[in-house]
Amino acid sequence: MNPVNYLYLAALLFTIGATGVLIRRNAIVVFMCIELMLNACNLAFVTFSRMHGNLDGQIIAFFTMVVAAAEVVVGLAIIVSLFRSRHSASVDDASLMKL
Amino acid sequence: MSFPLLTATAVLPAIGAVATAAVPAARRNAAKALALLFSLVTLALAIVVLVRFDPGGARYQLTESHSWIAEFGVRYELGVDGIGVALVALTALLIPFVILAGWHDADPLETGSKRWRPTQGFFALILAVEAMVILSFEATDVFLFYIFFEAMLIPMYFLIGGFGDRAHEHGEEAASTQRSYAAVKFLLYNLVGGLIMLAAVIGLYVVAGNFSLAEIAQARADGTLHMATSTERWLFLGFFFAFAVKAPLWPLHTWLPNAMGEATAPVAVLITAVVDKVGTFAMLRFCLQLFPEASKWATPVILVLAVISIVYGALLAVGQRDIKRLVAYASISHFGFIILGIFAMTSQGQSGATLYMVNHGISTAALMLVAGFLISRRGSRLIADYGGVQKVAPVLAGTFLIGGLATLSLPGLAPFVSEFLVLVGTFARYPAIGIIATFGIVLAALYTLVLYQRTMTGPVKPEVSAMPDLRARELVVVTPLIVLLIFLGVYPKPVTDIVNPAVKQTLSDVHKKDPKPEVEAAK
Amino acid sequence: MENLIALLIAAPLLGAAVLLVGGRRLDAVGQWVGTLLSTVSFVLGLVLFGDLLGRSAEDRTLTQHLFSWIPVEGFQADVGFRLDQLSMTFVLLITGVGSLIHLYSVGYMEHDERRRRFFGYLNLFLAAMLLLVLADNYLLLYVGWEGVGLASYLLIGFWQHKPSAATAAKKAFLVNRVGDMGLSIAIMLMFTTFGTFAFGPLLGAEGQQGIAGDASEGKLTAIALMLLLAACGKSAQVPLQSWLGDAMEGPTPVSALIHAATMVTAGVYLIVRSAAIFNGAPDAQLVVTVVGAVTLLFGAIVGCAKDDIKKALAGSTMSQIGYMVLAAGLGPIGYVFAIMHLVTHGFFKAGLFLGAGSVMHGMNDEVDMRKYGGLRKYMPVTFVTFGLGYLAIIGFPGLSGFFSKDKIIEAAFAKGGAEGWILGGCALLGAAITAYYMTRVMLMTFFGEERWKNQPTRSPEAPSAEPAAAHHGEHAEPHPHESPKVMTIPMIVLAFGSVFAGGFFSIGDRFLHWLEPVTGHSEGDSPLSVAAVTGATMVCLVIGVGIAYAQYGRRPVPVVAPRGSLLTRAARRDLLQDDFNHVVLVRGGEHLTRSLVYVDHTLVDGVVNGTAASVGGLSGRLRRLQNGFARSYAVSMFGGAAVLVAATLLMRAV
Repeated sequence: MNPVNYLYLAALLFTIGATGVLIRRNAIVVFMCIELMLNACNLAFVTFSRMHGNLDGQIIAFFTMVVAAAEVVVGLAIIVSLFRSRHSASVDDASLMKL
Repeated sequence: MSFPLLTATAVLPAIGAVATAAVPAARRNAAKALALLFSLVTLALAIVVLVRFDPGGARYQLTESHSWIAEFGVRYELGVDGIGVALVALTALLIPFVILAGWHDADPLETGSKRWRPTQGFFALILAVEAMVILSFEATDVFLFYIFFEAMLIPMYFLIGGFGDRAHEHGEEAASTQRSYAAVKFLLYNLVGGLIMLAAVIGLYVVAGNFSLAEIAQARADGTLHMATSTERWLFLGFFFAFAVKAPLWPLHTWLPNAMGEATAPVAVLITAVVDKVGTFAMLRFCLQLFPEASKWATPVILVLAVISIVYGALLAVGQRDIKRLVAYASISHFGFIILGIFAMTSQGQSGATLYMVNHGISTAALMLVAGFLISRRGSRLIADYGGVQKVAPVLAGTFLIGGLATLSLPGLAPFVSEFLVLVGTFARYPAIGIIATFGIVLAALYTLVLYQRTMTGPVKPEVSAMPDLRARELVVVTPLIVLLIFLGVYPKPVTDIVNPAVKQTLSDVHKKDPKPEVEAAK
Repeated sequence: MENLIALLIAAPLLGAAVLLVGGRRLDAVGQWVGTLLSTVSFVLGLVLFGDLLGRSAEDRTLTQHLFSWIPVEGFQADVGFRLDQLSMTFVLLITGVGSLIHLYSVGYMEHDERRRRFFGYLNLFLAAMLLLVLADNYLLLYVGWEGVGLASYLLIGFWQHKPSAATAAKKAFLVNRVGDMGLSIAIMLMFTTFGTFAFGPLLGAEGQQGIAGDASEGKLTAIALMLLLAACGKSAQVPLQSWLGDAMEGPTPVSALIHAATMVTAGVYLIVRSAAIFNGAPDAQLVVTVVGAVTLLFGAIVGCAKDDIKKALAGSTMSQIGYMVLAAGLGPIGYVFAIMHLVTHGFFKAGLFLGAGSVMHGMNDEVDMRKYGGLRKYMPVTFVTFGLGYLAIIGFPGLSGFFSKDKIIEAAFAKGGAEGWILGGCALLGAAITAYYMTRVMLMTFFGEERWKNQPTRSPEAPSAEPAAAHHGEHAEPHPHESPKVMTIPMIVLAFGSVFAGGFFSIGDRFLHWLEPVTGHSEGDSPLSVAAVTGATMVCLVIGVGIAYAQYGRRPVPVVAPRGSLLTRAARRDLLQDDFNHVVLVRGGEHLTRSLVYVDHTLVDGVVNGTAASVGGLSGRLRRLQNGFARSYAVSMFGGAAVLVAATLLMRAV
């Protein structure tokens, strides 16, 4: 199968993720869309690795996963504490950079 | 290595500033005394510098040189020529009077007021300004000079904005608004000037490869350092702009009346008599030495601006309703004379300009401090609120008159000597400009005498009828200034002897010779 | 001997310093300290005079170099003095008349609480005036020149609580400053032309020719005209005459000393001293004579219309100085006579002013001559001394004015040509008007009915003009009385001078021989004989006196001034000069400064404030982008990224 098709898929996933970040208000959904974008990037990295025949792309993909995992930990904690204080998970409510 | 005398003159007030600021809040009077003591010791040191300085000797004396930021060729280089030493002495001389005159200016407000007034801070800031001004008179490294030239804005900003004059016709609230406006205006004007100068300083480094005034000037004189005409002109303009803001030259002057009007009288003296002198001094030292050709190229425009300053400042002084703003506009007129003298490029003009810096410092201090005493008694800066003061406070009125007469350059008082030298030096090369500038002396008489007439003569106003005459502390401030004004008016030779060789050097830097008298030239 | 010259100035200067700084302790003795030191100066002057007389005519120049004042590359001003016949004449006049007036003031100012300061100022004036005439270079002369201006300012405004006095003082100083501008430009011109402004090299000394003649005529004319401007300011010549009338706000001894006998004649001194320059600039000399002729008529006409005795005398002073300036403009024909008239005028005009002061002293400080009348019975000494001064000024044969003024009229004719006729005619006309207005003053004051009886002299609102004598009781009918001895003695001495000085100077041409080595002299050639000129002068005198007698001697003088003709009304207002000044200079100046203040605020400051405001507005708008919504940041981030990608692709495509 032509690896370029994976790139098309990655672009599609990235676009879906980006649209979700821009139009959804719910912090959890925004968060998941960000994950979607990150994974679209991972897919692109792996594809490039395959196309160029070296491992750099795959290694960077691992890094991205680690960073994404760390981000999930911090991000979810913030979202939970926001929800606790405001009883809403809307990103627009949290426009003042404080609780 | 000999004792670093010049560093000491600057470090001493700096230590004084820190020490004064460190005095506990309750010991207010100790802080004042400490500040006064440090300023007096600095004065003593400045006198030592003056005595050690040999007018016939090398151009820069008492020099110190240490590497500082080696990567960029920035050095800690100090040295004074005749012009610098005169201004260091002036600064050291005036600060004790400023401190003494402002003795009660930063006292806590009457009970009930919530505003916090750090008395110690006031005196510490004054000493900090002194240290930086003295260093900028002594620095012979362009970058070093730039640092202190800019850094003195910070304490000045707080002195204007934090310890301003509370007398205002529309109450204390309006005074506070006006004060912050004035302080911000002061800062912005000078920062813009400073930033443009910074660009020029960097440009100079790019062209010359180091910051040492002596080396660059030497290289320029030898012809080893060649600058393209346009480069030199741009760099000159960058430097000159900053100095013209500081001086201030028309039309960059409008910060001065605000700053002087809103600051207390001693701080106003600090601005106009000390800090602004750095601007005119730097024109002589940096603009002319580093960029002689560009200086000559810009001369016509600068002379015209200076003449406009003279006449315009004087006319606006006539139209003022506020005593302190009147003095500020008078100062703008006087700075016009100083700049005129510098760029007339004759020995008389430049000696006169240097002398003018010293004399203007003393005469403005005398006038402004007495005006401050007057204002503190009545709580108003408006001329119209006074009348007949001389009947109730004759000594105050007498000293005010002498300060005014010095401002209008009455012969026999110091400013006359310098003003006449500037005029004659200008006239020798540019007769038309000299004649227009001479109108300034008529206008000076007008604004001074109108001020005196409206405040001091006529029927006694009920509000001033209980006004006390000058107190002992105030007399101690005013008397030495007046004695100096008379002494330097009758016998200015000590100062001219110090200044003349430096002026001769500066003139040779720009390759200018005095015009010959017509009769001699014809022979 | 030379060393005494500095002492001459130092004595009154010391007096001024002691009296002004000394404080209240000296209140009781201040007047005597002042008088003593001025007398010391006079005695020193006499000693020096004796010394000069003992020398040969060519050897009568003493110089004293004190110290180098302003040494700057190429510019050398020294503090040094030069005493020759010309300055000696002035020294004796200044210190002599000055000492007499000090003495007079002891009586006149007896009840003024600020008397000590008054004497301090008087001493300051003497010192400055002596410096003016003794300086050996123009810059030092300038110091004295402005110094007398300062003293005059302080003394005119001595009663500062009167707004009119303070205004008059300011006006005097300002008008003088305009003249001073002329002097400083003249000095600058001298410096650029000759490289020096010292008398020695410039005007010549010890038989050597000065370099003044080496310059082109154009330069000399410029210098001379600037010197004339200075002289016009100090000597109240048209067009800078307006301050002198107002200067009468000062105490009367001041009017006598400064604004009649000495300071106002400094302009004449300046012109005569600069003879070497004026001689090389005939055009400027012509202007000088025109100024003199115009002023002598102007002052005389103003003097005719004033009812205020001091202002009438002030008009007369202007007119008489006009004579001197006219004479000085004639060149070597007239220099000596200008100075001679100056000296005799010093005597009789000071005497007249002191007499006026004495009259006011006895009349509750009334100055309006319409409220005088018949005072000769009550003040015999004042009447006689004033009368002798009167006869002297109108040029009654045998008295001082006769000799000195006649010489000037002769010299004016001797100028020759049409100019000579015109100038001589003006001088003759002036003599007639002088006779008229002085007779008017005399008749209104000392003769006729006693108009001061049965009417309060002063409405309660009007502030007392001379508070020195405020103790008399303000609203009572005046009781004219003779002044105390301390006042009458100086008047008597001056009356002697008024009578005999002219004759003494003229017999054997003493004064001419005395001054000739300094000023030079030439006879000119007059189209008229001396006898014819004298005859014409006498005819003018008789006409003037006759008309005045017809108007004021034979008819009663109305207490309230009649409306008068157009000319009279204009003359009362200084021939509309004041109105012109007010409208053009005062009003115009106010408008100018006010609009400049506006411009400074709105335009110069406005540009800056406008820049600040627009930066502030812009940042206010930019601030709205930072709204805190994470999704709007995300949009800008994506937008930015998209732009970057597009740009990269575009760059690659290109």
